[in-house]
Amino acid sequence: MSANLSAIFYLISGVLFILALRGLSSPETSRQGNFFGILGMTIAITVTFLSVGNFSSGLIYVLIFLLIGGLVGAFIAYKIPMTAMPELVAGFHSLVGLSAVLVAVSAFLNPEAFNLGSPGSIKLASLIEMSIGAAIGAITFSGSIIAFLKLQGIMSGSPITFKGQHLFNALLLISIVALTYLLCSTQSSNFFWILLVVSFLIGFLLIIPIGGADMPVVISMLNSYSGWAAAGIGFTLENSALIITGALVGSSGAILSYIMCKGMNRSFFNVILGGFGASEQSASSRDKEHRPIKSGNAEDAAFLMKNASSVIIVPGYGMAVAQAQHALREMVDTLKKNDIKVTYAIHPVAGRMPGHMNVLLAEANVSYDEVFELEEINNDFANADVAFVIGANDVTNPAAKNDPQSPIYGMPVLDVEKCKSVLFVKRSLSPGYAGIDNDLFYKENTLMLFADAKKMTEDITKNL
Amino acid sequence: MEIDPFIFRLSIFILSIFIGYYVVWSVTPSLHTPLMSVTNAISSVIIVGAIIAGLAGNSDNEFTISNILGLLAISLAAVNIFGGFLVTQRMLQMYKKKKKDK
Repeated sequence: MSANLSAIFYLISGVLFILALRGLSSPETSRQGNFFGILGMTIAITVTFLSVGNFSSGLIYVLIFLLIGGLVGAFIAYKIPMTAMPELVAGFHSLVGLSAVLVAVSAFLNPEAFNLGSPGSIKLASLIEMSIGAAIGAITFSGSIIAFLKLQGIMSGSPITFKGQHLFNALLLISIVALTYLLCSTQSSNFFWILLVVSFLIGFLLIIPIGGADMPVVISMLNSYSGWAAAGIGFTLENSALIITGALVGSSGAILSYIMCKGMNRSFFNVILGGFGASEQSASSRDKEHRPIKSGNAEDAAFLMKNASSVIIVPGYGMAVAQAQHALREMVDTLKKNDIKVTYAIHPVAGRMPGHMNVLLAEANVSYDEVFELEEINNDFANADVAFVIGANDVTNPAAKNDPQSPIYGMPVLDVEKCKSVLFVKRSLSPGYAGIDNDLFYKENTLMLFADAKKMTEDITKNL
Repeated sequence: MEIDPFIFRLSIFILSIFIGYYVVWSVTPSLHTPLMSVTNAISSVIIVGAIIAGLAGNSDNEFTISNILGLLAISLAAVNIFGGFLVTQRMLQMYKKKKKDK
């Protein structure tokens, strides 16, 4: 297949990838979008086989490795529970990063295969592109591994910081530029290996200071990195499908990071520099033991809801942890049978990744037209009878609106306190990740339900 | 003077960033998780590089390190492609408008 013809096909698959993302603008067109994505991928892979045109015995091995990977991927996709999506996505990001590194190394060792010159005299532009692709790929890989370990709970979610951390990271980043320069001027492979090691180290150091609840930003950021890595490799291979995709994914991840940061009213750098939640404990130390709270049981909660005419559900990460989404849907079904209007309110940073709660509710068969974003529903709390907060905390904290001293001051929150009564399902009185107390617990119209989210929801359903 | 082909690739890249910017802003927030998994899948189009690396210059069952790295990259990218698209499909199947009062 001629180079021009294959370039046209790569362009077509690039366009199909754009359509794949475009499809996600509404749930109705999303499945078609995914199909475009699959089609684009199939075209790209087929064209690559045809353009290499080497149907020697090596082809068998390529197909075997492709098949092994494919089977593993398909198996994971069918087995993974929806609550584990953040871990899965983090894990997948690490694979993109690692394959970018492997391809870059492979091209570095055998530049002839990619038309980049010969070992020891690789084209300057290609060397720079290769270094960028490999460095970002390595950062994506080690960063995603740390994110995965934190999400999976293998590694503590609390931030790990040490003295001079930022300075050290800055020096490492500068050394990447220096190493690239040295690599280009000497063509010595040693610099390439050092570059890789330093990049792996940066990815690791970049993510360890970031706390568990900031994971939505981290995941989006790594999503973005995996895109830039792909684009870097795309420039090396002179492949437009890779360049287009890399740019799409890179900007997609960047936008998601921006949305997540906005949802927390924090700047991107503030999140990246990390350490949030570690030093804020003093803010919560004002004698919370002395303030009275009202706590109740499932019967009380059922009574309140039965007499309501509208209920708003506010889910958070705790719902995912307790796997309470199905129990919640059953409770809502019972409420609806009693002619009670039920809607769901979702804060942008609820959960551990963008859109996490929406997926869980969708899994539990909740119709997506009953689920609303913060701006859409915030005015409705004043007219609702009961707000049912399940596994969320900081995103409902009124301190964000009226306490300028609070570390979360200025963060957009759900106006839960405006409801006639608030039911708060929580395991204990412990503060949320920001380490701050929630005034909502002590409000007169708040009833605390101390229990596991799933068990409490089931008990309420029994009492309805 | 002839324009370096690099400039054309750079143009594609910059324009694609803008396309990505506008397309992603139009994605509904409730589909942000599928967005992440599908971008994950499509960024694994890096497999084209891995296939080239895996097949490069081997004719008689002799694999260089470069080939082997390529083969490994093929497997990793394939996990992502199949896993990414299938899990997206599985999620999107769930997003359905339910009929009222059944």
